Amino acid sequence: MDPVMPEPSAELGVSAPLIEPGHSYASVTDKISAIVLTRRTPRWWMLGFAAAFCLMMLLFFAVAYLFAVGVGIWGINIPVGWGFAIVNFVWWIGIGHAGTLISAILLLLRQQWRTSINRFAEAMTLFAVSCAGLFPVLHMGRPWLAYWLFPYPNTMGMWPQFRSPLVWDVFAVSTYATVSLLFWFVGLIPDLATLRDRSRNRVGKIMYGILAMGWRGSAVHWSRYETASLLLAGLATPLVVSVHTVVSFDFAVAIIPGWHTTIFPPYFVAGAIYSGFAMVMTLAIPIRAIYKLEDFITLRHLDNMAKIILATGLIVGYGYMMETFGAFYSADQYEKFMILNRMTGPYAPFYWALIACNIVMPQLLWFPAVRRSVVGLFVISLVVNVGMWLERFVIVVTSLHRDFLPSSWGMYYPTRWDWATYVGSIGLFLTLLLLFLRYLPMISIFEMRQLVSQTSGKTESRVSGNLDDV
Amino acid sequence: MTQVFKRSANTLSRFSIYGFAFFVIAMGAVIYAVNKSPYLTDVNVIRDQPVPFSHKHHAGELGIDCRYCHTSVEESSFAGLPPTATCMTCHSRIWTNAQMLEPVRASYRSGKSIEWTRVNAVPDFVYFNHSIHLKKGVGCPTCHGPVAEMPLTWRANTMQMQWCIDCHREPERYVRPRDQVFRSDYHPPADQLALGRRLVKEYKIQKLTNCSTCHR
Repeated sequence: MDPVMPEPSAELGVSAPLIEPGHSYASVTDKISAIVLTRRTPRWWMLGFAAAFCLMMLLFFAVAYLFAVGVGIWGINIPVGWGFAIVNFVWWIGIGHAGTLISAILLLLRQQWRTSINRFAEAMTLFAVSCAGLFPVLHMGRPWLAYWLFPYPNTMGMWPQFRSPLVWDVFAVSTYATVSLLFWFVGLIPDLATLRDRSRNRVGKIMYGILAMGWRGSAVHWSRYETASLLLAGLATPLVVSVHTVVSFDFAVAIIPGWHTTIFPPYFVAGAIYSGFAMVMTLAIPIRAIYKLEDFITLRHLDNMAKIILATGLIVGYGYMMETFGAFYSADQYEKFMILNRMTGPYAPFYWALIACNIVMPQLLWFPAVRRSVVGLFVISLVVNVGMWLERFVIVVTSLHRDFLPSSWGMYYPTRWDWATYVGSIGLFLTLLLLFLRYLPMISIFEMRQLVSQTSGKTESRVSGNLDDV
Repeated sequence: MTQVFKRSANTLSRFSIYGFAFFVIAMGAVIYAVNKSPYLTDVNVIRDQPVPFSHKHHAGELGIDCRYCHTSVEESSFAGLPPTATCMTCHSRIWTNAQMLEPVRASYRSGKSIEWTRVNAVPDFVYFNHSIHLKKGVGCPTCHGPVAEMPLTWRANTMQMQWCIDCHREPERYVRPRDQVFRSDYHPPADQLALGRRLVKEYKIQKLTNCSTCHR
């Protein structure tokens, strides 16, 4: 029951394996479910969880103080009324997009390489959306009235302002969160049943049993499962494009130079997928190393993701170029001033850092050697994450701090509470992610078994596969 | 392997999944009902007063005009509460020994105002002006209810924004001729809408539903 693990193959074409040879149904199931059920919780998990939990407490502390005192503790002011809260909102929601793209669009396009990364990419989506959803609420002067954004029968005789993109945002993000959660949960059900059946302790059996919702793996169950996941994929596919389009409307519908531009929707969507894949890479590389999952998340997966990062990075680069071109082509003095101010004004270092992180650095991915270097990919993915955060900072802050009238110009300096909330939200994200890694199968077991049957030639192990786990 | 779940778990799980949807809807309905209930709005709830003043007796049976006591209602945002001296214009001569009126006389002797309990009030973040409403033909009972029939005073309307805005959206359903605004025995004609539309035009009543009309 302990298959020989050969060295990862150095070949990286379409023919390179998505799962290292030698795996059977049973070995796949054993290996993934053991992480949750039988293997000792690794020491690094404990350390990571302790650190993430502390950061999450920092978030709660910052939020409690914010609720007690108000948004004055942040660096926002007039003219820069949108500071870190909106920067972080857009950054987090963008990160979520890769999960949906991997689980929905790549499913519909029958890209089999998605299989070993889709589960935790979807989890990442959910946790990123949770973090994103916090910020607009925190940003409100009176966050306890956040439910006013929803249309419901109320004693004010009012509906929300449907002409405002901020209300569109509420619908876009809440739909996104709901569909992502459903998709993730439906995909988990067969694996939850596996965990239920393999769990040794009663609490595990009951918890996984409730969540597995009576899954027995009958043909009817599988047929319904296939229908449901296809339908959800169909629902989620337009969301990949629509959610960040609506987020970009928050800016594009306003008349502020630097926001009021028609290129925003496609450029935001590309940026979202760009940052999302960078985050998947940032998470996948340490996870595969620590949990020894190199057979399942192979170099071919990393190579494919690197190519997507390169492609979307080029689209984002085109977006920056067209933004600059459009400013001069418009011949509008405010637009021209805006772009020159970005490049040479007080926030110019941020702009050039963003160009370096988002455009220059990823060009290294053209080289196959870089795409095969795990450390290199990890560093590039971190750089892209930083770059995409800087992009949102530049869009939000530099556009606002110099508007039409010099008399209303100002500067934005984040306070320690801005930083505490931002860093704390990373803590919340990591806490949720680590709990997920500990208690749920991070790779889809049953889809990997499918992959075994589809890709691994006619080997002995396949025939001897343990079917009673299916 | 022993079974972890009994057969009844199937029913229980179905019930809890479908039940949850109903539970959420029911909770919404309960919250809405509580918000509309007298528990939160004080509608039809009699407020205790230092002196059991009867609007029914004074305004209804005796026919004293609203403005005799609420003097500033036509010129000011605030209708005004009468000073003790206003009470004493009559009560220095009639019911001079009534035990019930002792707090009034005590107030007059000491010069310290009677602390009435406010019955009708809008929140501090709402700008409201009595005088303009009267000038546009909104009668006292339209908002305050049949005060002339209240032995002790209660709030007749919720003072919630929906109630304000119902009239601001369709003033023609509520307005009356200017010379009728103080009458407690006024009954709207059968063709209120026709009258209302005419008055809206004549008094140049705007349908003010901008946020900043009230939230300045």
